[in-house]
Amino acid sequence: MERTALRGRLTWQFGTVAGVVEETARTRSIALELPDWPGHRAGQHVDVRLTAEDGYQAQRSYSIGSAPEDHDLVLTVEEIADGEVSPYLVEELHVGDSLELRGPIGGYFVWEASLGGPLLLLAGGSGVVPLRAMLRHHLASESDAPLRLLYSARSLEDVIYRDELMSVPADAEIDVRFTLTRSQPAGWHGYAGRVDRKLLEEVAWPPSEHPLVYICGPNGFVEAAASALVDLGHAPARVKTERFGPT
Amino acid sequence: MTPISRGFRGRRHTDVDPARVPPGQYVTGDFPVLSAGPTPHTPLESWTFTIRGAIDQPVSWSWDELQALPSEKVTVDIHCVTKWSKLDTEWTGVSLDTLLENLETSAEYVLAFSDGGYTTNVPLDDLRGGKAWVAYGYGGEPLEPEHGGPARLLVPHLYFWKSAKWVRGLDLREDDVPGFWETYGYHNYGDPWKEQRYAGD
Repeated sequence: MERTALRGRLTWQFGTVAGVVEETARTRSIALELPDWPGHRAGQHVDVRLTAEDGYQAQRSYSIGSAPEDHDLVLTVEEIADGEVSPYLVEELHVGDSLELRGPIGGYFVWEASLGGPLLLLAGGSGVVPLRAMLRHHLASESDAPLRLLYSARSLEDVIYRDELMSVPADAEIDVRFTLTRSQPAGWHGYAGRVDRKLLEEVAWPPSEHPLVYICGPNGFVEAAASALVDLGHAPARVKTERFGPT
Repeated sequence: MTPISRGFRGRRHTDVDPARVPPGQYVTGDFPVLSAGPTPHTPLESWTFTIRGAIDQPVSWSWDELQALPSEKVTVDIHCVTKWSKLDTEWTGVSLDTLLENLETSAEYVLAFSDGGYTTNVPLDDLRGGKAWVAYGYGGEPLEPEHGGPARLLVPHLYFWKSAKWVRGLDLREDDVPGFWETYGYHNYGDPWKEQRYAGD
């Protein structure tokens, strides 16, 4: 672990695919064995690099979905229809293949148990990935910080980590809720519709509790949620965002 | 030699001049948004751009005063450290040469500062000589808040995190101090052509 203390060069290394889980029709988790992994903090990401036979290379960034305490490093990747790297990772990569990456990267959108709470996690679509790392870290470190995760997905079938998130034991510290924006199954007890000010008033702690907020998702989701929280009186400095996709 | 990724062929752009794309980047037609916090909305009436630090007297421009300065239209390629590049982006703004004109300073470094607390450091020489602007227009329209409006720094020869969104001024400094992302392990200088993404690259 001494390597984590040295903030040296981020070198490329190879991991071996130890397992894959099809999370949704378009999303897959890839568990990697990495002999040289220096450790990470929940919320960080890696750069993945693919090399074609003629030497052509492509790089992309992916959030880490596993907690620092987990055995394997898990990347959860959503396939982008006209993407270059994600279709390979979701459809082509097999158990036993090697995958080149470097990391961990990023130090701002990070939660450690020592930061405390209350901790409000707002996920839009595959933006749940780094927030799931935070949830798992919270569980593994037996943090007593109150945690609420609100996860917005199109439908129940689009919920990544569905079984895991729906079976998190509801207790005084942890509260996981869902909102489905496009379709809800019969008998759905969660929320319906997009995350807006009204829903955040219901789910978020009031500004007087000074929650630490992490929002990750497509830009439109993040912009709407972050703006609504600021309008409700939350300090912008307590609201950390990670966004993907265009305006 | 890097081993190949079994079965990977890639989707190369055949319509893009490879000489315009730095190593490890891909060209996108989108304009992705990356921001570490909520988008600030400062009213133009209270907006100022200030140059301070290693000069006799800080200088400040109001929004109207900035608009009254000679503006330039520039078409440049931009490169984000998250791997996307966007070619031929069209900006309107005031050259830093105009803002720094006649300012006597012993500074060699700049820490740009923004609404929301964001900072980034750049050598002063990189902001001079027609290489940097305070941009308030994009594609012929006012710059949208999500992309850094009302005004952002535009330093296209460095990775785009150096082009601080919501910029409010420059601290002229004799010593170099890391800004926001530079503190979190990103490269101090950030030359995309040398692929200086992270500290040590």
